Amino acid sequence: MHIKTLISAVLCVFVSYCSTAQDCTYTLHGTINDYHNKTALSGATVIIAGSRLSTISDVDGTYKIQGLCKGNIELEVSHPECTSLIIPLQIDGDTVFDIKLEHHLEELDEVKVVGSIIQDKTNSAQEKTLKLNTLESFSVGNLGDALKELSGVSSLNTGANIVKPAIHGLNGSRVLILNDGVRMQDMEWGAEHAPNIDINSAGSISVIKGASALQYGGDAIGGTIVMEQEKIPMKDTLYGKTLLNGVSNGRGGNVVSELTKAYKSGWFVKGQGAYKRMGDHEAPDYVLSNTGVKELAASLQFGKHQFTWGWDARYSYFNTEIAILRSSHIGNVDDLIRSINSGEPLIINPFTYDLQNPRQKVTHHLGKLKFYKRFEGVGKWNLQYDFQSNRRFEYDIRRGDRDNTPSIDLELTTHTLSTDFLWDANNKWQLHAGVLGRYQDNFANPDTGVRRLIPDYQKFDIGSFLIGQYRVNDRLLLDSGIRYDFSKIDAKKYYRTSRWEERGYDDEYQDLVVEDLGTQLLVNPVFDYHNISTTVGGKYRFKDYSELKINYALAQRAPNPSELFSDGLHHSASRIELGDLRIKSETSHKIAASYEKDFKKWGFILEPFANWIQDFILLEPTGVEYTIRGAFPVWEYRQTDARLLGVDLSASANWTDHWKTDHKFSLVKGKDLDNDGALINIPAANFRNKLIFSMPQWNNFEASLESQYVFRQNEAPDNIMVYSPEQQQDVLLEINTPPDAYHLLAFGSKMEFPFKNRTKLTTSLTVNNLLNTNYRDYLNRQRFFANDLGRNIILQLKFNY
Amino acid sequence: MKTIKILSLLMFVAVTFTACSDDDETPEEINEEETITTMTVTLVPDGGGATIILQSQDLDGDGPNAPDVTVSGNLAANTAYSGSVVLLNETETPAENITEEVEEESDEHQFFYVTTGSIASVTYDDTDADGNPVGLEFTLTTADAGSATMAVTLRHQPKKPNDGTLADAGGETDITQTFNLTVE
Repeated sequence: MHIKTLISAVLCVFVSYCSTAQDCTYTLHGTINDYHNKTALSGATVIIAGSRLSTISDVDGTYKIQGLCKGNIELEVSHPECTSLIIPLQIDGDTVFDIKLEHHLEELDEVKVVGSIIQDKTNSAQEKTLKLNTLESFSVGNLGDALKELSGVSSLNTGANIVKPAIHGLNGSRVLILNDGVRMQDMEWGAEHAPNIDINSAGSISVIKGASALQYGGDAIGGTIVMEQEKIPMKDTLYGKTLLNGVSNGRGGNVVSELTKAYKSGWFVKGQGAYKRMGDHEAPDYVLSNTGVKELAASLQFGKHQFTWGWDARYSYFNTEIAILRSSHIGNVDDLIRSINSGEPLIINPFTYDLQNPRQKVTHHLGKLKFYKRFEGVGKWNLQYDFQSNRRFEYDIRRGDRDNTPSIDLELTTHTLSTDFLWDANNKWQLHAGVLGRYQDNFANPDTGVRRLIPDYQKFDIGSFLIGQYRVNDRLLLDSGIRYDFSKIDAKKYYRTSRWEERGYDDEYQDLVVEDLGTQLLVNPVFDYHNISTTVGGKYRFKDYSELKINYALAQRAPNPSELFSDGLHHSASRIELGDLRIKSETSHKIAASYEKDFKKWGFILEPFANWIQDFILLEPTGVEYTIRGAFPVWEYRQTDARLLGVDLSASANWTDHWKTDHKFSLVKGKDLDNDGALINIPAANFRNKLIFSMPQWNNFEASLESQYVFRQNEAPDNIMVYSPEQQQDVLLEINTPPDAYHLLAFGSKMEFPFKNRTKLTTSLTVNNLLNTNYRDYLNRQRFFANDLGRNIILQLKFNY
Repeated sequence: MKTIKILSLLMFVAVTFTACSDDDETPEEINEEETITTMTVTLVPDGGGATIILQSQDLDGDGPNAPDVTVSGNLAANTAYSGSVVLLNETETPAENITEEVEEESDEHQFFYVTTGSIASVTYDDTDADGNPVGLEFTLTTADAGSATMAVTLRHQPKKPNDGTLADAGGETDITQTFNLTVE
């Protein structure tokens, strides 16, 4: 390619040199306009390649070049805010030629500007972004771990490997995850189901706290996580990177590699793969037996991206096998009391890489086809089809030869077709509208020999949205949007007759019964949900460049299959979970503000919010049921009115050229208004402070020390009294008692070693839980059974080439 | 032209994928194989006399109904009884005998008998391949007349050998049932 360019350049010079001998009296003139709104662009440079002829466009966008010769020329047009263009042109006489330039930098795909061009997804919502270098430092971790870098984001964990992100205290179905424009459908309704995404596949991740990004969905009562790919440049290039991580806690690591080939014509192809393997993790004083992990991820994408139109196709594969702490698999309520009281895991075996039962194995396939076209002076049209398949196996400790027969075997298949149009031609206003159709099928394999936790169902969704933005003046930008979602769920479920009657369904839903099999009933619930979401807000920039955003969002979410249909004993949690067919959509009203101010040496962002949720769906212990295996706490889904109040504060200061500090504080308070009590699983307040030393002269050396203080959650629901058959009396089950506050230190350092030909080696060393502190976290579901992770040393090597 | 081609391809793919998805089929019924619904403890007096049957039956498994607990009669004072346990899954027809599964995996199972009141002792009469007690067979000796309780617990994957207490054994509880008895 380079040779071709060179030849044409030489030819060009030669031609123009030759042609000077000819009659060179022709004039080229015209106007230079913006592609979108057709405004005249002044100050654009026009050069005739290979000659000394050049000019700059006037205030009205006109340009004129005289003294041209007959023949073929190449125009080089550039503008500070635009993509440079090279236009071949034939001169046969005086010529009029109008030029359109593209001034939307984010579409540029130029490598040099990547990093600073990640655009906000919303105008007025609280929004934060993690950039590639932060993501790379979590390469061996999970998506949820990385997101906790952002204030207001916490996680609900099941050990160290299953990390569900939570935004402003809400998780699961209330947090949407967009993976390269595809809404993840990976059974997010399960508390022990982590997002099936490899963190290494993202170029940047934005978090919108709240339901304001209506283009992605109307039910994001917690928020939306938008993972995007790195932009691929529109030039002839081949580049890639490889990351190697070694981890002391778990005695394993991972390898990640990617390669991109791009062409000036817009064609590109990118391949990526990652493999992770770890054995048992360790708490400071003992091995956390059976906590290893194996993960394989790969993706391939290709397509053609041009300014006016383009398409791309992507396929990604994710496979993970996660061992679950052996001690967390227990029998009845007495076993649970024993675990809580004992203070350390009941089973501690020597370190091993083996993944034994209980364990999960999940495979996620994602395929996407996208097409876009830009209409001059109007806007951009997108059309997308995506396919997802999620297969989940959960293996329990079972009797007989059933260890390799999963207890849960679910297959969730989703097809989505969506299209949207963005009118961005006008400087004053912008409109974005779209529609979506989705079909989903869940199949619960009966070969497990265990009654289905989630039934077979089909789900249909239709959604449409309209979002508008209006620029009042240079300081004030207003936005507003509305979205309507229809969803229909059609399930086929077997209920035990005794459960059906105990729930009182025989009065209300007897007409849903399809077949009576004696002890079981086959039931066909079909439910429709109509949900409306709206948002309105504004962003104001003050004279001192501080910025204020205020946003109100109304969001409605239909109940998920778990909330409707759960029915039975959940071994991993030692509890009977009961959904309720009567559950209806929940409605959230959230007001959030964000005030950002930067001084010379320091700056801060203050983000308060208040979220009122009507008919908030929650799962909490309500009592005990007796079986031949003993007594089990019953956890029931119910609806209540809830209120969440909170604030996120972050600040950073540059003390000298080399010393910098970062400070973050987050607080959420959750209240059950109907019962006048605390909400369950609300993250405790936490305070993070980081001291950073950087010395660019020493190979970009950077070192940091971070302190994280997590307060005790003092607001939790009451514990419950249960009858213990073993002790033959009522005992207090301390299932809601939060663990103590804790303080952790982390150290990080990094250095870069550039080589020839743009290759570079970056080394980094991270030590988490530096002091090997014993602690338990309120939002780790394994806190009843074992301490959290001890010291962990991570060594990372990154090669860019 | 190209645009139209790609669009039609997209549509084609979408239609194909949607068209091949499953129909509205009736899912298969699952009867759990592993469920233990019924535990029957048979106590045969060594010197002859009335055989006593203790039973716990929970036909809806982990459903809302509590187990139905029955004791066939009163025990005689100062008598040795040969005890045996049978476990059934009565959700299947015919009922499946789970005792066999426990016998096959006797190294991973153990019954524990915790008594109060007028019972003098309970001793194991069987062992697994490693010589550790299992408890499918046992001897119960009553004391003087009075009331008594006996809690029968089956643990899966307990620590073996253990000191005979539930606390030391650990593992998961597969069955636990307390019987209220009268010794006369």
